[in-house]
Amino acid sequence: MGKSSLHVLKGINIEIDEGELVAIMGSSGSGKSTLLNILGMLDVADKGYYSLDGIHIKSLNEKKAAQHRNDFLGFVFQSFNLISYKTALENVALPLYYKGMGRKERQKKAMEILDRVGLKPWAKHFPNELSGGQKQRVAIARALVSEPKVVLADEPTGALDSKTSFEVMELIKEINKEGKTILVVTHERDISRMCKRIIRLKDGEVSEDIILSNGSL
Amino acid sequence: MFDRDRWQEIFETIRKNKLRTVLSGFTVALGIYIFIILFGFGNGLKNTFREFFLDDADNVLFVYSGRTSLPYKGYKSGRNIRFDNSDSQEINASLEYFIEYYSPRIFSSGIVSYKSESNNYSIRSVGPDHQFIEKTIIMYGRYINEQDIANKEKYAVIGRLVAIDLFDSENIVGKYIDINGIAYKVIGVFQDSGGDNEERQIYTPYTTQQLLTKNTDIIDMFAVTFRKELGHAGAIAFENEIKQLLKEKKFIAPRDPSGIYVRNLADQLKQNQQFASVLQTIVGIVGIGTLIAGIIGISNIMVFVVKERTKELGIRKAIGASPKNVIGMVLQESILITTISGYIGLFLGILTLSGIGESLEQYFIKNPYIDLNTGIFATIALIVCGGIAGYIPAKRAASIKPIIALRDE
Repeated sequence: MGKSSLHVLKGINIEIDEGELVAIMGSSGSGKSTLLNILGMLDVADKGYYSLDGIHIKSLNEKKAAQHRNDFLGFVFQSFNLISYKTALENVALPLYYKGMGRKERQKKAMEILDRVGLKPWAKHFPNELSGGQKQRVAIARALVSEPKVVLADEPTGALDSKTSFEVMELIKEINKEGKTILVVTHERDISRMCKRIIRLKDGEVSEDIILSNGSL
Repeated sequence: MFDRDRWQEIFETIRKNKLRTVLSGFTVALGIYIFIILFGFGNGLKNTFREFFLDDADNVLFVYSGRTSLPYKGYKSGRNIRFDNSDSQEINASLEYFIEYYSPRIFSSGIVSYKSESNNYSIRSVGPDHQFIEKTIIMYGRYINEQDIANKEKYAVIGRLVAIDLFDSENIVGKYIDINGIAYKVIGVFQDSGGDNEERQIYTPYTTQQLLTKNTDIIDMFAVTFRKELGHAGAIAFENEIKQLLKEKKFIAPRDPSGIYVRNLADQLKQNQQFASVLQTIVGIVGIGTLIAGIIGISNIMVFVVKERTKELGIRKAIGASPKNVIGMVLQESILITTISGYIGLFLGILTLSGIGESLEQYFIKNPYIDLNTGIFATIALIVCGGIAGYIPAKRAASIKPIIALRDE
């Protein structure tokens, strides 16, 4: 929060097309989280040009930013970030509430998405009654429920064991197949290899940008 | 504000966070409750004060005699002045314009007995007007009248507690009691708001008392009320007239400060009212202090609540809640809780006060009360301040970037 500035990202020039599944890799401090925050409109770049779906995103006020986040983006976090006193169903339905959708419609749609991630039987359970993998699937369902164009996942498997990690990644891949653009920040090589494209960051610059043939090497 | 979904969301949050709700509600209810109780006690104290000092008619002058301090018209100083019946007559005749009620008083005390019960009481021998000067309330029978005075009847009007002491009952009109060996007929029983001491007095006709003390016409002092419409200035004028008249009649030097003493309740009343207003101020300060303590309490809770919810609010923002949305939700919830619990506190406080009633009289708190407007004002003040106290941290929480809020583990 000091006044002295620190250049975290220095000249990143990337373009991500609709329907891509991109892994952003890099050691800690390489700027991958900062990049994701800017892409997610949670943070603003000091300089540069960022356009999302043809809209120039720059210094939007809080209200506009919230609206765009709601319309375009879905977030998946490492620590799930589910609201602990709401059931899985209520957690998934919450973004729709902020979109102004009616209660019944919300519930119905949330239930559909929960069914899609295979958690329909767990709809009435609270987060602390779910396993890590289940929680992350609820979080993915919540990210998808408002039908965003882009899903941003910040270390989605960081808190999961490898078996569950692969299950979650399988789910992400399936969703990608349905046409969603997905960005996954990870530092795990195995996870990145399940994506279609890997952007490797080093000291705030793109050090490598490779396209994988069929999602696995 | 009247969005049904919003309310549903809030009720759900309240239902799922019972501890938090109960805690903040309890703080508010307790704040208001203590405010009501303390304020009520203050008012009770005021009631007691009023009763102690303001029970006599407030337009009374008590006139006493004493020793002179200056020689005058051939009389030496140090002469003892005494009033007698002729003074009464003269005052009544020449100052009629001022006078409302007039009564001589002769003080004595005596062993009063009925059958085997006996006790020592003080006796005031007075005229009929004394009832109105002292604001004596007759419960049974009657007060001394002109005929009793004229006939020098051996009648007594006794205090309620005297009756209870001697007879174990209040209605004993017509019975005979023995005062210093002489039988008096009880013609009335009275009560007095001046407290237990007043209710242990016995009144007899002053002429009877004079007859019994060697048939003199001496009176100890007299009490006189002036017409209220004369006001404070009139009271002072009246006081001067009395002094002048008596000094002339008794050959006391006009500049002699002794000889005649007048206790004018008009002055005392003014002092007492000043004291009452000081008491009122103290009660007010206590009330405001309590209220501020309550406001600080609810502010702390609100800051804590928002702090606790920072992460939740961050999540809500990340999934599309606007800052306005977040602030509105926090505020609406806090106002709902403070309003409901504030009014619960108000209601319980008033209930407690009315329950206390007379039971704390021995601690000088009588009939504590709070007027409803004060209570409602206090409650609204607490709600508004609770709202403001919630708004500031809520606004801050809403302006924190969600990513920072989410990182806040």
